[in-house]
Amino acid sequence: MIFDLPLSYLGLQLLIGLQNGAFYALLSLGLAVIFGMLNVINFAHGAQYMMGAFLTWMLLDWVGVSYWWSLLLVPLALGAFGILIERALLRWLYDLDHLYGLLLTFGLVLIIEGVFVESFGASGLPYNKPDLLAGAQRIPLGALTGNEKDVMMMPVYRLWIIGVSLAICLATWFGIEKTRLGSYLRAATENPMLVRAFGINVPVMIMLTYAFGTALAGFTGVLAAGLQAVTPHMGANLIIVVFAVVVIGGMGSIMGSVLTGFALGLVEAFVRIAYPEASNIVIFVIMIVVLLVRPAGLFGREA
Amino acid sequence: MPETADQLQPLIEVEGLHAYYGEAHVLHGVGLKICKGEVVTLLGRNGAGKTTTLKSIMGMIGQRRGAIRFRGVETIAMKCNRIARLGIAFCPEERGIFSSLTVEENLYLPPVIAEGGLTIDELYDLFPNLSERRHTRQGTRLSGGEQQMLAIARILRSGARVLLLDEPTEGLAPVIVEQIGKVIEQLKNRGFTVLLVEQNFHFASRLADRNYVMEDGRIVEMVDRSELEEKEALLQEYLGV
Ligand SMILES: Nc1ncnc2c1ncn2[C@@H]1O[C@H](COP(=O)(O)OP(=O)(O)OP(=O)(O)O)[C@@H](O)[C@H]1O
Ligand SMILES: [Mg+2]
Repeated sequence: MIFDLPLSYLGLQLLIGLQNGAFYALLSLGLAVIFGMLNVINFAHGAQYMMGAFLTWMLLDWVGVSYWWSLLLVPLALGAFGILIERALLRWLYDLDHLYGLLLTFGLVLIIEGVFVESFGASGLPYNKPDLLAGAQRIPLGALTGNEKDVMMMPVYRLWIIGVSLAICLATWFGIEKTRLGSYLRAATENPMLVRAFGINVPVMIMLTYAFGTALAGFTGVLAAGLQAVTPHMGANLIIVVFAVVVIGGMGSIMGSVLTGFALGLVEAFVRIAYPEASNIVIFVIMIVVLLVRPAGLFGREA
Repeated sequence: MPETADQLQPLIEVEGLHAYYGEAHVLHGVGLKICKGEVVTLLGRNGAGKTTTLKSIMGMIGQRRGAIRFRGVETIAMKCNRIARLGIAFCPEERGIFSSLTVEENLYLPPVIAEGGLTIDELYDLFPNLSERRHTRQGTRLSGGEQQMLAIARILRSGARVLLLDEPTEGLAPVIVEQIGKVIEQLKNRGFTVLLVEQNFHFASRLADRNYVMEDGRIVEMVDRSELEEKEALLQEYLGV
């Protein structure tokens, strides 16, 4: 017992914290990748995440396409949507200040959310996750507490989110930091014109990077559909926290955004255990402290 | 040197080239020719437009007009990455080593666009320092001389046969300048065509078949290797050495 709370409760809170952290990590990863290549702060990231969740719901409810297929199809669809946005709108803004990209993508949020509220209403739609991921895993705690009857019930779906998110984050990190294609991306982030002068089609790479970022948001949306009611505002609520996570981690580093995401999910969980009233604001408090002490963020490069 | 059809037809032909940075009109009708296998220098004072000329040939300057033909193909309207794929490579004045890439990643960055590039072993023979430092985590941790060698080495792998080198000796110690001079000589022997921008006239004239002199965005003089002595005074005057 810690703080007079049973271990099973603590364990569950930490699991929920890690799972929230997984969402922060996936979304801030997408934001960081997009910002690195496009110099655009993708405010539409939350709306794209919401679109992913809705698409998952539509696929099952309207055409009977399973969750597992959604994990593949929804990111592809969001990636295609990203290509459309990039070709039609974003590519005209690269030479301008960050502010223009932020304003444009903010405008997109208003349009996208408006369309979804108009079509589906603001209340939530339920999604039935596959049986395989439903229910809870029984974890005996006897070895820790000495009492054979102590058990912890771990929701399988949350475990699944943590596992698959970790895998995606690691794969993305590997792809960017350790592969040939990743070295093109890193180089183009530093000096796009010189990379083009080597014969690499940087504009296409930029377009695909945005598509990858929106696909990540869509993928996170699929995960979210199985966890919570699907609503038009689900992205707006989450993305504000994710922006705080990005500010804390710093825009510079892939690994930085992943670690910061998971870590802040855990911090939130600890605060929820110790002082629940503060759990909704702790990330913003940390953000303010980080901004004062290290404005470039924990992993960001000082300008 | 045996005369072939290739040598009669210039490999690169620039005519009436104008280039702009926003409102600033920087090149005013530049014209020059480079034949296959030649080492040609572009000399001139600071701000004469040498870098802009190289970048225009490479397609890195958005606002340019006139004619730039490569093997007879007009490239003035082509995108930079397409021009590179024709077999021209550029080594920038500021070297352009990437700090987020290891030395080896920097070396492998330019994709192979044609056969006939140097192999990695040949490159390490040519630049032994790079071999020793290939696992350095950040390309920019190398010394200035090593970064310059890396910047040259990486474009030799790609199979491009025409090299645009922008002041490869700037700010380097005499021994390293000497080493780079030897490398350029070897490249010439291997049949590379080189357009070399230099302020170091003594370094450049030793290597060059021909020298162009630029001033205020125009070519003002062309000096053949055989005329170097008689035109020495004139060159000194243009270059202010
Ligand atoms: N990005 C730019 N924007 C505006 N003007 C520029 C830019 N780059 C160069 N210039 C101007 O264009 C002219 C030619 O510059 P360029 O760099 O081609 O000269 P250079 O001969 O290479 O000089 P250096 O020997 O100093 O390298 C100069 O007057 C310079 O100030
Ligand atoms: Mg220059």
